Amino acid sequence: MTTLERLAAILPADSYVESPARDGILTLQMEVDALTEVLPRLAPEAGFETITLVTAIDHMDANGEVRGPRFEVHYQFLSLEHSDRVRLILRVDEDTPAPTATGAFAGAAFMERECFDMFGIRFDGHENLRRLLMPEGFEHHPLRKDFPHRGIEPDKLYNQWNRERGGAPS
Amino acid sequence: MGSLIESNLGSDDAGFFATRMDSLVNWGRKNSLWPMPLGLSCCGIELMAMIGPKFDLARFGAEAARFSPRQCDLMIVAGTLTWKMAEAARTIYDQMPDPKWVLAMGVCASSGGMYDSYAVVQGVDMILPVDIYVPGCPPRPDAVIDAILKLQKKIERESPTRELFSPSERDEAGTGQFSMAPNQALPRGSGGQKA
Repeated sequence: MTTLERLAAILPADSYVESPARDGILTLQMEVDALTEVLPRLAPEAGFETITLVTAIDHMDANGEVRGPRFEVHYQFLSLEHSDRVRLILRVDEDTPAPTATGAFAGAAFMERECFDMFGIRFDGHENLRRLLMPEGFEHHPLRKDFPHRGIEPDKLYNQWNRERGGAPS
Repeated sequence: MGSLIESNLGSDDAGFFATRMDSLVNWGRKNSLWPMPLGLSCCGIELMAMIGPKFDLARFGAEAARFSPRQCDLMIVAGTLTWKMAEAARTIYDQMPDPKWVLAMGVCASSGGMYDSYAVVQGVDMILPVDIYVPGCPPRPDAVIDAILKLQKKIERESPTRELFSPSERDEAGTGQFSMAPNQALPRGSGGQKA
């Protein structure tokens, strides 16, 4: 039984486009509505009971130009029972939220928080979408292509904290 | 305080009294440096080796690593300091009682090292007054012991009784900024000695 056959029951025929993946994992590009419907059915009906990865790719090129929606959000699932994996991908731009997987997979919560922190992708329905790695109050999303690797005023939050407690900025 | 000594010893002898007292206090301070081990990354492992029996920092009186800043006078920043951690490091430094010294262990603490990044403090001297820097990634325990010996030499040159008799401007505002007392800045032998 192939991965696609396993998913056939929950995937409407015209709801996905298969995209090539060098690692051999079945990769399906989907739209927001179809993905929202599929996510809660993956575990009970297709046996993919574990989420292993939520991440994103910024498709801005070196000139700062973007063709199509800017981000590609990846959700990757594992079935221990069938020893099988599947990857669902979704293209979103900066203003569109992606659907959360936390409703069906509690383990997605931290990965989605990291994805929000690093790329600024909002996950619709996530109950605790705060920054994970960067401090509260940080204004940027460091893994975006247009973020300089040395940062923008990296000492800003520290100096602000230092001023508030009465210390001179050193 | 100054007038008391002058009336007892005469102003000419006050200098003699102060310098003898200086060397006694400095001898005590330099041989009982209690480190605050701020082990932030791999340098922390070398720091543990340094304190352990093989390299044995106890030979120089600095093995009593305390995890309460109130009991420490030497802050060893061992590893990569991120901007998120900087507030904690600065708070710990401010909680340490005077006199206190800072040792930047390794290139990350000294200059940010290979982490030329938005997340990393490019040298802890951006937030703390560093007394001595140790290069290396991580430095060998011997290198840090050498740094502590050099720091002991630096402590020998300080004039603690000068501060006692003429309160220094050091950290009066609680800013943590290191400003040398005017007397401390004099070359050794000129302060407190007979002109």
